[in-house]
Amino acid sequence: MADKDLQLREKKELQTEAEHTKPGLVFTPTVDIFESEEEITVLADMPGVASDGVTIDLHNNELKISGEVEDQGSEKERYLLREYDIGRFHRHFTISDRIDQSKISASMKDGVLRLVLPKAEKAKPKRIEVKAE
Amino acid sequence: MAVVKWKPGIFGWHRDPFSEMDRLRREMDRIFGVYTGAREMAPAAGVFPALNMSEDDHNLYVRAELPGVAPENIEITTKENNLILKGERKIAAEGKKVSYHRKERDAGNFRRIISLPTRVDSDKVTAACKNGVLTVTLPKAPEAKPRQIAVKSE
Repeated sequence: MADKDLQLREKKELQTEAEHTKPGLVFTPTVDIFESEEEITVLADMPGVASDGVTIDLHNNELKISGEVEDQGSEKERYLLREYDIGRFHRHFTISDRIDQSKISASMKDGVLRLVLPKAEKAKPKRIEVKAE
Repeated sequence: MAVVKWKPGIFGWHRDPFSEMDRLRREMDRIFGVYTGAREMAPAAGVFPALNMSEDDHNLYVRAELPGVAPENIEITTKENNLILKGERKIAAEGKKVSYHRKERDAGNFRRIISLPTRVDSDKVTAACKNGVLTVTLPKAPEAKPRQIAVKSE
């Protein structure tokens, strides 16, 4: 994996039927989602989002992740080259497992959100024994 | 006849006119690309990472979004009028007990060189990473800074 080169990918703008209440661009963060027996983990790339700019909303199995970005640079600067746009992030998922809401934890590091959603007792897998007759 | 998908966001809301014009231009490029059968608009260089460059009277600023790249894994070099960004994005393995629903994030190396439009004072270049956004500040060389010339009356 280490000798692979990163490919340039354009940031994806959020496509939605609903209109946004706030002006500005909205992008969908790229994510990794994986689960173990105990928890579901979401990693989301949200460059420019500080830890206090993240909003996580879990309601009726719908998980919404939003991130507000800070401006890059000051108003005095003039652009010479512009290959990417800046805007806030938003993405939403449905989660089929039951999540223990009280134990959700989230952290931001270097612009990556790590969200850990522990499964509620009932949602943990039960091993089903197959009996030979 | 190519059908161009309407995208909300071109005229949907108001932004500052400068960025609006810039976006309109890019949107036109994108549409034109569709008509000629070319690939969707590729950013200027097609090399990771995408860069924004700006200037004020004293400095050039080069910015890149590098989420998940630790500052110690970024190497910045200036050579003559070029800026070289090298680095590696590492994604730690999560162990064998997990199964993936989605895996959209990539790990890997990047190397990009960009030529600078003015001479810079390479001894005073600084770089900072904040929330996954890298900012390289390159002070302009004295001869490249704007100078005000007073007009004397005789």
